[in-house]
Amino acid sequence: MTDVVINGELPLSREPSYLGAGHTVASWLGTTDHKRIAILYAATITFFFFLGGIAISLVRLDLFTPAGDLLSDDTYNKLFTFHGVVMVWFFMVPSIPGTFGNFLLPLMIGARDVAFPRLNLFSWYLFLAGGFCTLYALVVGGVDTGWTFYTPFSTMFSNTHVIAAALGVFIAGFSSIATGVNFIATTHMLRAPGMKWFRLPLFVWSIYATSLVMVLATPVLAVTLLLVIAERWLHLPIFNPDFGGDPLLFQHLFWFYSHPAVYIMVLPAMGVVSEIITCFARRRVFGYDFMVYAMVGIAVIGFFVWGHHMFVSGQSPYASIVFSFLSFIVAVPSAIKVFNWTATLYRGQIGFEAPMLYALGFLGLFTIGGLTGLFLASIPVDVHVTDTYFVVAHFHYIMVGGTVSAYFAGLHYWWAKITGRLYPDTWARFAAILMFFGFNFTFFPQFIVGYLGMPRRYHVYPPEFQVYNVLSSAGAFVLAAAYLLPPLYLTWSLIWGVRAGRNPWNATGLEWKTSSPPPRENFAVVPHIDEAPYQYHPEGVAPEHVGENYRTQGDQT
Amino acid sequence: MSSVFMPVTASTQAVQTDHIYYVLLAFSVVIILLVTALIALFSIRYRRGSKAKRGALPPIMSKEFEIGWTSATLFLALFIFWWVSSSQLSALVAPKNALEIHVVAKQWMWKTQHSNGAREINELHVPIDTPVQLIMTSEDVIHSFFVPAFRMKKDVLPGRYTETWFRATKLGVFHLFCAEYCGSEHSRMTGRIVVVDKDAYARWLAAQPEGDDLAKEGETVFRARGCSGCHSETSKIHAPKLNGLYGRKVQLSDGRTVTADEAYLRDSMLMPRRDVAAGFEPIMPSYAGILTDGEIISLTAYIRSLSGNEENSQ
Repeated sequence: MTDVVINGELPLSREPSYLGAGHTVASWLGTTDHKRIAILYAATITFFFFLGGIAISLVRLDLFTPAGDLLSDDTYNKLFTFHGVVMVWFFMVPSIPGTFGNFLLPLMIGARDVAFPRLNLFSWYLFLAGGFCTLYALVVGGVDTGWTFYTPFSTMFSNTHVIAAALGVFIAGFSSIATGVNFIATTHMLRAPGMKWFRLPLFVWSIYATSLVMVLATPVLAVTLLLVIAERWLHLPIFNPDFGGDPLLFQHLFWFYSHPAVYIMVLPAMGVVSEIITCFARRRVFGYDFMVYAMVGIAVIGFFVWGHHMFVSGQSPYASIVFSFLSFIVAVPSAIKVFNWTATLYRGQIGFEAPMLYALGFLGLFTIGGLTGLFLASIPVDVHVTDTYFVVAHFHYIMVGGTVSAYFAGLHYWWAKITGRLYPDTWARFAAILMFFGFNFTFFPQFIVGYLGMPRRYHVYPPEFQVYNVLSSAGAFVLAAAYLLPPLYLTWSLIWGVRAGRNPWNATGLEWKTSSPPPRENFAVVPHIDEAPYQYHPEGVAPEHVGENYRTQGDQT
Repeated sequence: MSSVFMPVTASTQAVQTDHIYYVLLAFSVVIILLVTALIALFSIRYRRGSKAKRGALPPIMSKEFEIGWTSATLFLALFIFWWVSSSQLSALVAPKNALEIHVVAKQWMWKTQHSNGAREINELHVPIDTPVQLIMTSEDVIHSFFVPAFRMKKDVLPGRYTETWFRATKLGVFHLFCAEYCGSEHSRMTGRIVVVDKDAYARWLAAQPEGDDLAKEGETVFRARGCSGCHSETSKIHAPKLNGLYGRKVQLSDGRTVTADEAYLRDSMLMPRRDVAAGFEPIMPSYAGILTDGEIISLTAYIRSLSGNEENSQ
């Protein structure tokens, strides 16, 4: 440990790390430290991730046979609904923003905490309250509406606990809004001296763009769910056509949130992957400006494409064509990002540690997910494949292949920073590769069976679809095994792992300039920034050999 | 043709949809191969410690390069959109001479009705090489009429009509699925589409238990439900006459004008106060909960027949 500034490094704090700053339960549940709140989020979403995973494992098990021998129709419907509701609102939406966003945003901009630390803690409690409300719905009997809560089924016909589930999502929505407001204020107000907008790491940009979407879109979801509750509970005629209501209105409102919500889930993943690819390729990110514009562009255009979920719903065909047009346009910035990540590898010094394997997996799976999005933006093809397994496969490529891969990439990349320990890299690489193959075994067959015409949410299905369902179910269990590995070896590393230095990956970025794990106040002195991010080598000079690389050796202290 | 990768192709639309699908598939494979090849190439050539030449980026990898591939991608996206949509527009409206079939969906069954009144449950017989238009509504929640072999799907909504059409090109029996999640037995809400040749269809239709045709059935409902009390020619009550109404523009009391189509007639039966015809008192009671969807369809057919242009629908 040293407190002398060497080679642009910051002096390290002599304070205990944030983990050592208190060991009581109260010191965790009452904390306002953004890093501890990130850990609280991580624990909660891990719980929900495995809960949602168990639900879908039962569904996949049932789908081994066309007759659906294992479960009753209603149980099956409740399980896939539970999987969807939990995974979307209690895992995906808060996953990267709640954990890495909370942990890293202040560190990356050189701040001591987020702008509103108590609001930050409050938003975790809101999330927890929402989660318990929805879990209550499960415990007392479940919900069978699908995660989409389509009316008039959800308001007039379902005999399950729709109100509790919707209320849970409603409450969790406020957690999203509070987090979004907090991150926007933090990014605007708390950047360290010299941290100009175009010196921000791409992860910060991604969290900033995500926060804008959260703040603007989530209130619409809140209103929509309130309307569902009002109609179901108070019998106010809103969506019920018998009294002049409009069932399609719900779909417009719902997708006005839920399409941007896709970008809430995938933009932070793009941020994570940008950090990792540059670090392990030892390159500046290719086209930094374009990466920023692309993310902001995705966030903005993402608000105007919701109608592509409704091509067969009975909306005007002319509206459909406009939505189809905008959906093709929104593909462009995503494509640009894929090209730029690939170009970043060019002339790099590429290493294949676990985080990079996950990030490369992201790149491949996100590309497939994005391209199949073009099929769905094409009206005639969408008419055929919407509400089939083709759509299921498509959005799992984006959400699981994309976001979950990026989540694991980030977890491994920043694990040393968060815990101060190193995990066994061989195990981690094995899990990354297993996850990639397990994922493809599970979801690729679904594209085929979807185009063959198998509708989603089907408990029993014609026998000619069985071969694809068996493949998919078998793959799901490979994938489940892959997901069980990281909790095991990461927990192992907490006790037996080698202690990490401040910067084991030898990465740029302010979060690597403080100790691992960082102290409560993050930095001993306020850092001053005078260069663009990702300075893996001096301007205009790419190193020929590892030895010549700027900042080659990881800091082992 | 059908295979383990492709569903059977049994309508004109199916050919078009598959065509677009193949082109998009080829395009996607090219892009994926390109991206994968580049990643693999860079990963091997520029693996850490390799002897590959690095140095500064070549001058071509500049901002102009980035602008170049952005524009190329944008142009490509616009081109695909234009190509896909232009093929879509022509298929939007059903041909005038289409055979009309009414579909009523309910949890968890499909009821279909032919123009002569013949009914089927979870089954639909249609003639080959004939445009068939489906006019659909639901009695409860949203369903979706999905025939993979025709690459055709349309949601079926309560309280309104949705329409779609197809022209079958292959004899045989094809799956009918409900594609919009509708509750417990959603996955059991399936049926069969039976495509037969035109003569066989005529024979099949003739062999069905002779329901009255829809219009005739509607006339019975018209009397049985008391509609005739006000709306018949001889009635003393001041109510709109229905002769020639169908398809006409109707002036409403609040100044709007609507076309008296199926949706308007349905609304007028169920929500008579919503669109009151100009010059009449809003005295008609609502028939919501009294008329079934089947009866509404029959009544509508009857009212249409009064305009004498039953063949020339829509």
